[in-house]
Parts: sequence; C-alpha cells; structure tokens
Amino acid sequence: MRRWLLWAPLALFAIFVGVAMMGLRREPATLTPSRLVGQPMPAFSLPPMLPSRPGTSGGGQGPRLVNLFGSWCVPCIAEAPQLLQLREAGLTIDAVAIRDRPEDVRRFLAEHGDPFRFIGSDPISHVQVTLGSSGVPETFLVDGAGLIRAHHVGPILPEHVPDLVSQARALQ
Amino acid sequence: MIAEFGLAALWLAAALGLLQLLLASAAARAEGPAVALRSVRAVAGVQGLMAGLSFAALLLLFWRTDLSVALVAANSHSSKPLLYKLSGAWGNHEGSMLLWVTVLALAGAAVALLERRLSDRTLAATLGAQGAIAAGFYAFLLFASNPFARLAQAPPDGQGLNPLLQDPGLAFHPPTLYLGYVGISVAFSFAVGALVTREVNPVFARAMRPWVLGAWTMLTLGIVAGSYWAYYELGWGGWWFWDPVENASLMPWLAATALLHSVTVLAARDGLRAWTIVLAVVAFSMSMVGTFLVRSGILTSVHSFAVDPARGTFILALLLLYIGGALLLFGLRIGTVRAGRQFEAVSREGALVANNLLLSTILGVVLFGTLYPLALEGLTGEKISVGPPYFNAAAGPLALLMIALMGAGPLLRWRRDELRAAARRIALPAALGIAAFAAVLLLRPDIGVLPLLGLVLAAGVGLASVAPLFGRSLRRTPLFTWGMVVSHLGIAVALAGAAADAAFTSETLVALRPGQAADVGPYRVRLDGVRPIAGPNWTAVEARLSATRGDGGFALAPQSRAFSSPPTETAEAAISTRLDGQLYTVLGRPTEDGRWQLRLWWKPWVTLIWLGGALVALGGALTLVGRWRRERRSAERLAWA
Repeated sequence: MRRWLLWAPLALFAIFVGVAMMGLRREPATLTPSRLVGQPMPAFSLPPMLPSRPGTSGGGQGPRLVNLFGSWCVPCIAEAPQLLQLREAGLTIDAVAIRDRPEDVRRFLAEHGDPFRFIGSDPISHVQVTLGSSGVPETFLVDGAGLIRAHHVGPILPEHVPDLVSQARALQ
Repeated sequence: MIAEFGLAALWLAAALGLLQLLLASAAARAEGPAVALRSVRAVAGVQGLMAGLSFAALLLLFWRTDLSVALVAANSHSSKPLLYKLSGAWGNHEGSMLLWVTVLALAGAAVALLERRLSDRTLAATLGAQGAIAAGFYAFLLFASNPFARLAQAPPDGQGLNPLLQDPGLAFHPPTLYLGYVGISVAFSFAVGALVTREVNPVFARAMRPWVLGAWTMLTLGIVAGSYWAYYELGWGGWWFWDPVENASLMPWLAATALLHSVTVLAARDGLRAWTIVLAVVAFSMSMVGTFLVRSGILTSVHSFAVDPARGTFILALLLLYIGGALLLFGLRIGTVRAGRQFEAVSREGALVANNLLLSTILGVVLFGTLYPLALEGLTGEKISVGPPYFNAAAGPLALLMIALMGAGPLLRWRRDELRAAARRIALPAALGIAAFAAVLLLRPDIGVLPLLGLVLAAGVGLASVAPLFGRSLRRTPLFTWGMVVSHLGIAVALAGAAADAAFTSETLVALRPGQAADVGPYRVRLDGVRPIAGPNWTAVEARLSATRGDGGFALAPQSRAFSSPPTETAEAAISTRLDGQLYTVLGRPTEDGRWQLRLWWKPWVTLIWLGGALVALGGALTLVGRWRRERRSAERLAWA
C-alpha cells in the first residue's frame, strides 16, 4: 500500500473534527422563531370551560394575549404571577385550557389567581395542534387585525414581562 | 441511598479504568512482569462489575419511580407500566450514556476474563486501551451528564416518557443495539493493542474474530429491530428513513461488516493486515462519531434527547483523543508491520478487497450525506436537509454492486483462480438472474431501474449464496460455512423485500364514513365504526376496519392515541401480516363532515426485509458457534497429541 494512503483516515478525521467544531459553535437551534409569527390567528371557537364566562375563539378581537395552560401543568403555576402582572398592566388575556376539567380549573384559578377574560375548553388538544404548540404553557400575542405578533414557548418568567408589556402597548 | 450508591460505583469504576490503563502500560512492556497482566485482568473485571452495579442502581430508581432523582422525575411517571418504567432508564440522555459505558466496561471485563489466545503483551495493551476509553466516558458522565443528580424538592409526579418510546420493541432495541454498537469497542482496543506490540498476525486475527462476530451479530439484530420499530410505530409506512441516528448505527455496521471479512482473510491467509487494523479502528470510531452526532444535538433527530453544546465539546475532545490517537498510531506503526502474504486479483482475497473498498465507499457516502448539511450551514449559513433522494441515488447502486460481488466472492478460490472456471461456477446463478430480468420486464415493465435491478440481483445472488453448499455433504459442512451461506442468503432475501416494497406497494389516502369502503391493492377495506378506548396512561380513538380479498376477511383496529403526560398524540398503525405481504392501516383525523381519514398501504413481500435481516444475524450466530466448536476440537486434538 502506498505510504500516503496510511494517513488518509487521519486526514478525513481531521476534516470531520473541523466540521464538528463549526457545528458546535453555531447558535442553538431552539431559538428558531415560530413560523406562526406574522400569520393570522387560525379561526376556532371553543366552548366555555366555566359556565360563568364565554369560551375563547380565534381571529381578531382587539389586541390580546392567548395563553395555553392546564391546571395539571406545573410550569403553569410558575407562570401565574407573571400573568397577573400582565393583567394589571392592562393587557387582555384569553385562555385555552388544554385537556382539563371545570372543577380543576376553578381550583387552579382560586389558588394561583385569575387573570383571564375568556376561557375555552380544548379537551383533545385540537386548538393546541392547530396553533402548532408543542406543550403548555405557551402564549401568543395577537394584534387587533388578528395577526400573531409573538409566540412565547414555555412559562413567562419575570424577566419577560416588561418586553411583553411594551410589545402589547405598541399594538394599541 | 440508591442514587448515592450508584454514583459511588460510577466513581469507583472510573478510578479502576485509570488504574487499568496504568497497570496495562507496565504489563505491555517487553520485560513487564507476569503478575501485572493478572492484575490488569482483575481490575478490568471489577471495573465491569462496578459499572454494572451503577446501571442496576439506576434501574432500581426507575422501578421505584424515585422522584427525588432529577432524571426519574423528568422521564418517568407513576402510572406507566413497569416495562416502560425500566426502559425509561435508557430513554434519555444520561441513562443511555450510562448504558453505553456499562456495555463498554462489560465488554472489557469479558475480554479480561475470557481471552486466552492473544499474546500477553498484546492483551495487556488491549485492556489498557479499553480502560482508557472507559475512563474518558466515565468522566463525561460524572462531569457533564450525572444520571444520579437529586432534586432539592421532589415533584408530585414525573413528566413521563416520550410516548413514541413506550413500545415493547423499543424497550429492547437500545440494549441490543448497544451490545453491538459499543461491543465493537473490543475490536478497536485489539487493533490498538496490536499496533502497540506490532503483533498483527493470524493468531491475533483468530483471537479477535469471535468478538467481532458477536458484536456484529448484536448490531445487526439491533438495526433490524430498530427498522421494524420505525416501520410500525412511526406510522409512515417506510422502513428506513436515513435519519442521522439510523445512519449512526449503519456506519459502524458497514465498517464492522468489512472488518468481519477482512479478519477472516488475516486469520486464514495472513493477508489484509493494514485493512483489518484500520477497519477495526474505524468501526468503533463510527460508533463514537455517531454518539457524538446524536448526543451533542448538532444534528436534530427523533433520537436527540438533549441539546447541549458543552456536552458536545466534551465528547468531541474524547473523539480527538481516541480516534485521533488510534489513527496516528496506525499511520506511524502500520508501515513497520511486515506486509502480509500476496494474492492474485481474481481470487477470494481479491473479491474481499473489493468488498472492503465498496463497503468503505458506501460508508463514506453515508458519512458525507450525514455531515453535509452541517458543513454547508457552517460555511454559508444555508439550512438544508439531505434525505432519501441523495442516499438512495448515491448508496443504492454501490450497494447493488456490492451484493452482486457478494454472490460471486464465495465461489472463488483462495489465492488464485482461473477466470474461466470461476465463470462456470457463476453461470447458473447468473442465468437465474437473467431469467428474473426477463420475467419482471414481461410482467411489470413499469417499475423503476433500482427496484428492477434489486429483484434480479435478489434472484441471482440468492441462488449464488447457497451455491457453496452444492456437491457437499450437508451434514459434514462446517457450521461456519453454513453461517456464511445463511447470512448471504439473508442479504438476498432482504433485498428482495426492499425491492418488492419499492416496486409494488400501493398506497391510498381516503376519508370514509362508517359503512364506506376503499380499495388498496387486492383488498377492500371497510370502516365499520370508530370508538373511544382507554389504556393505562393514554386514551385513544380506535377505528374498526374489516379487510376482504376474495372470500376471506379479517379485522384491523388502528388507533390514534393521546398520552396525558407529556401531552402527545401518536398514531398506532394496525398491520396485518399475510403470507404475501402486509396490509398497513393508519387512522388520521376526523374531517368536518364526520368522515375519518385513513391511510392504507398494501405492501407485498415487505416482511422479507426483516426476515432477511434476522437471517443475516442468525448466520453471524451460527458462524460464532461454528468457530468456537472448531477451536475447541482442535484444542482437544492438541491435548491428545
């Protein structure tokens, strides 16, 4: 065998290491923006979760946040105080309760606060799938024309609040 | 306590791995004391025991659903069936890495306790290499992926396992696959050991062969099982998706297959020394590269559990050390290894060199396709994905060429052969291939080139694979010859299945009301009704279908399952296996007007793919047993003499 051939595997491996290092320095793929941003909110109409207030529907109804949550979801508890802050800052928040029961939702709201205008019931995740959401909680900022302006995946943490408030105020 | 015990065992195993390396470097010296090798063997055995105990501790934690352990809380749930509680232990990044390193340690322990043929110095160097690899991956677990980390406060219940992974096939797929995928590390360490002592010879090859055979058989089984799982669980009707992780298991298999043949030449004819060593290094290097690609998250796939660049950097550093080190040693040392025996181009050896070249080229094609999107994004920022069109077009023809060669190779004689005599031996299978070609062209002239060639080759190569048995007494044919015949026949059978699936599958997407029917292939499928049902941790809608062909009929019940934790929906395909193929049905969403979407496939002869794969693995097992019996018999004969 020719001598240089013996070094070919090592040379190929060196190329691989180069490519791999480029790959590792890249921005993590988790930050790709939602493809729904800039798209119209899909049309849907959910039945009310609680008899005392109407269910949530899609489309344009003035600027608002649409929050997907579940009484069974632990990160949603962590998110609850921030939703109350957003409500106090004057934002309208509509909720979609995913795979939930009225008595559980009532207990959840009594324990962790109730920032919601409407609460729709999505018992088999139809709306969740329509919105391209992969879990709870997720929150959509929708403008007056019904366009999705922001898509927040995961719980809204205290550091996200000011940004969301200014984005929402800019729409009014 | 259990978690702390597991962590302590892991630390101990790591320390023993380092100790193994130190003792082995003493034992591998020419004047090294004999007691050093005995202590290396003992340390490797205890290291395997510690890793095994650590993994057992993790299994126990998952069995008891100990939610104070972060990994259990994140991947298990109290309502899961027991089997999936246990398989949850390796259905995540940390647990699967612990299984990985446990298999590595157990393989090293097995070599230390069982290997008797290798020279003392080479064995010491081999165990040193195995200890060094283990030490690096223990460090990765301990510093970057601790599976035993506790939570400050235990949650009321766990978050559950990805529902796609809640399947009996998948519970056993990773352990089987890892036995092969990581078991091939033994061949890597053997190669490093032989490079250190320059003892690349038939004795070395005979010692290495059973380890390669064992790992290769398990790897084959793991890949076949994984392919069947993807086929029935993902509900897409395909059996190979060229997903990066599938490629990560295919690449070591390609290298190990070449190695298996190369090591036989080295054992029987003292040829292909450099080939054998480099393939042994490359096979396990591909396992490590695959682990890196999946675990670093730089390629996204169904199999990537966690995306963490720090972990990626850690594994990449380990790869640099081990692969770079082994290949550097290869470049420096192999030139000083005496060249093996020579042979003519038309000979069994010549065919096996061509086999090595083709398998290596296919390996290169797959590796290139897997890494290309990454390189392109790094250079230009453009995001692309390389899918089946590239792989089928680039690897398909090469694979067909290789399979054709596989039919001819075993019919050639060792060292040198007469071209005309060889042509006579190949004439009958070639004639069958031509007959198949004519038959397919006459009956189904509309199928594509690759499926056509596939069917033709399957017929010719199928006959050629059993041709080595012609004219022999079947009872006196050695078991390892049977093994080769069965494996080669398995490849032809799997090729027939793949080609028939590609050429003859009929597929239809329909929306039916209860009572309506649709046709697919020779079947009429009627939707009888849809009903809700509940399982231990999921609810589902289930369609009741009845399929008829001629007079006989049978029922199918595909489901669309909704899991509560984590909330996910999966399609459970209903598959009915008939003698001549499978009817594959998937239930989709309801439409606005009360109809249900159904996707129906009729796949003639598709089961041959996995039947063939199982035959390939069976052939490996037969060869292993056959070689072992032959060795034992010759050892007995030596003892009598």
